[in-house]
Amino acid sequence: MSIDWQAFWLTLELAAVVSAILFALGLPIAYWIAFSRWRWKFLVEAALALPIVLPPTVLGFYVLLALGSRSPLGRWWQSLTGHTLAFTFAGLVIGSILYSLPFAVQPLAASFSSVDRKLMAASATLGASPFRTFSRMVLPLSVPGLITGVALSFAHTMGEFGVVLMVGGNIPGVTRTVSIDIYDKVQTSNYSAANETALLLLVLAFAILSFVYAVNRKVWIIGPAR
Amino acid sequence: MSRPQIIEDASAKPETSPLPASESGDPGREITDRTLQARFRKRLLSAEHEFSLQVDFAAEPGFSILFGPSGAGKTTLLDCVAGLALPDAGRIAVNNRVLFDGEARLNLPVAKRQVGYDFQDLALFPHLNAKQNVAYGLAHLSRTARRQRALAVLDALRIAHLSQRRPAEISGGERQRVALARALVTDPSVLLLDEPLAALDAGTKSRILDDLRQWNQAHRIPILYVTHSREEVFALGERVLVLDNGQIIAQGTPHEVLSAPQHETVAQLAGFENIFDARVEALHAERGTMTCRLATSGTDSLQHAKLELETPLVRAEVGTQLRVGIRAGDILLAVVPPVGLSARNIIAGRLVSLEQRDVIVRARINCGVKMEVHLTLAARDALQLHPGRDVWLVIKTHSCHLMAN
Repeated sequence: MSIDWQAFWLTLELAAVVSAILFALGLPIAYWIAFSRWRWKFLVEAALALPIVLPPTVLGFYVLLALGSRSPLGRWWQSLTGHTLAFTFAGLVIGSILYSLPFAVQPLAASFSSVDRKLMAASATLGASPFRTFSRMVLPLSVPGLITGVALSFAHTMGEFGVVLMVGGNIPGVTRTVSIDIYDKVQTSNYSAANETALLLLVLAFAILSFVYAVNRKVWIIGPAR
Repeated sequence: MSRPQIIEDASAKPETSPLPASESGDPGREITDRTLQARFRKRLLSAEHEFSLQVDFAAEPGFSILFGPSGAGKTTLLDCVAGLALPDAGRIAVNNRVLFDGEARLNLPVAKRQVGYDFQDLALFPHLNAKQNVAYGLAHLSRTARRQRALAVLDALRIAHLSQRRPAEISGGERQRVALARALVTDPSVLLLDEPLAALDAGTKSRILDDLRQWNQAHRIPILYVTHSREEVFALGERVLVLDNGQIIAQGTPHEVLSAPQHETVAQLAGFENIFDARVEALHAERGTMTCRLATSGTDSLQHAKLELETPLVRAEVGTQLRVGIRAGDILLAVVPPVGLSARNIIAGRLVSLEQRDVIVRARINCGVKMEVHLTLAARDALQLHPGRDVWLVIKTHSCHLMAN
């Protein structure tokens, strides 16, 4: 078997950590995107969507600069831990969070926005605070969006390449993920090993996406009660 | 058949009022009659036109019906009371509890207004069952108290057996009862109902209204009830406010307002199919009547037709311009010149068209003006009516309702 299991588990770990953090981070951001009436909101939305269109190398390059010992963040981290964030698992997590942020926030924001405003008004007339309205009404009605957001950020993180290469390098057991491993194998003309790993990623990605679409399809079948 | 009284028993209703006493500012509000006082204005800019809602009214405990054509501002008015829309200026208060005061820059948040709102499309929470929907507004109570109160209200509205069902799993009438229970359970100080029963059949509708009326006998709160159905206005009785284009143009009992409308919009709403411009020709004080000459409807310049009507006497002078409204159902139709009748107005005309709507036939008659007359199917067949036929219209003096121009 030529799959690098160390790289595989590291990738899963990275994806799990990143999607968990993105879930916690994405909720308030998506809430703000969905309900804020700030007139410059579109600028924030555009900034959040940047990772979708930017080359991962561009994003990775700036993350690398930000994490390096010349940036305030990098210096602060270094004074705290004694080493830089670049080329560490923690650095990889930070880069991946930025890289996958829109994949978590957009499904969440879309499902929050699609909650009927009349229901929110009804909740308020029943004495519910905005937080209670959110936790008891908006969140339960957004479950497919929550699942989609987590699943997409998980899948997207699993498949990232450019940012990992820029920020993490290729340190086995620390920053060497499956996609880097595949690249390595191709570089050394080990096509059959690359194929096995690539196929594994392909199947996983397809499974996750099928799950996402199945979850959202269910919504259409049952439908919000009218 | 004895119906369960909608009175919550003491155990189901803890001493704590739904919101802290400091919010209500009126600890004795469990027994006081509450009156809603609202005087405010709000400008709305829509794509088509600018619209201004400007109202000043008081609603006593019981039903106050907001009646008016769609687009009159009825829902906006409710939204302002609930706090879902912000008035530009004015004051809204229930007894001493101020909900909104433009001058004092006070705007109580929706969640603290204690306003029960039954929305036009119900807005039931689709992911919660009936009991959970009803208990939603009782977050401040303990789990047991919440359960007890929700069940008590569900029981009072005869839907206790549906408590485990979700909105999608019950009928329209049942859904309406759940929405009503959800609004009532919080013990609101005002209840807003936005055409809640519009989609229900008459029987279901009147049963729900009976239950609501019974509930309110114990609670004595003002209920603002929006409708554009004339039948509902008469069925609910009590008090009606007619809203048109953002203004209250008439108020009083349904009979006062709708049976003798002072205003053309009210007349149209009240079902006066025939409304004509008219001019007073002669006063007959001794008979209590006067003669009015009708103008051809639909023209800007008043071309006075030959047609004269004897109408009740009102304070007017010869030459006064006013309007006459006649219900299509109040006009008799004859195919031979009628004699020996008490009615003072017998008008010759020609049948222009017949059109069947459900079980009534709308006949249009040209008698100098276009007059609409409603007939039964049997009458149409017995008289063998067909367009072009000469007919005579019989109109009693008191079927002519005069309105200011």
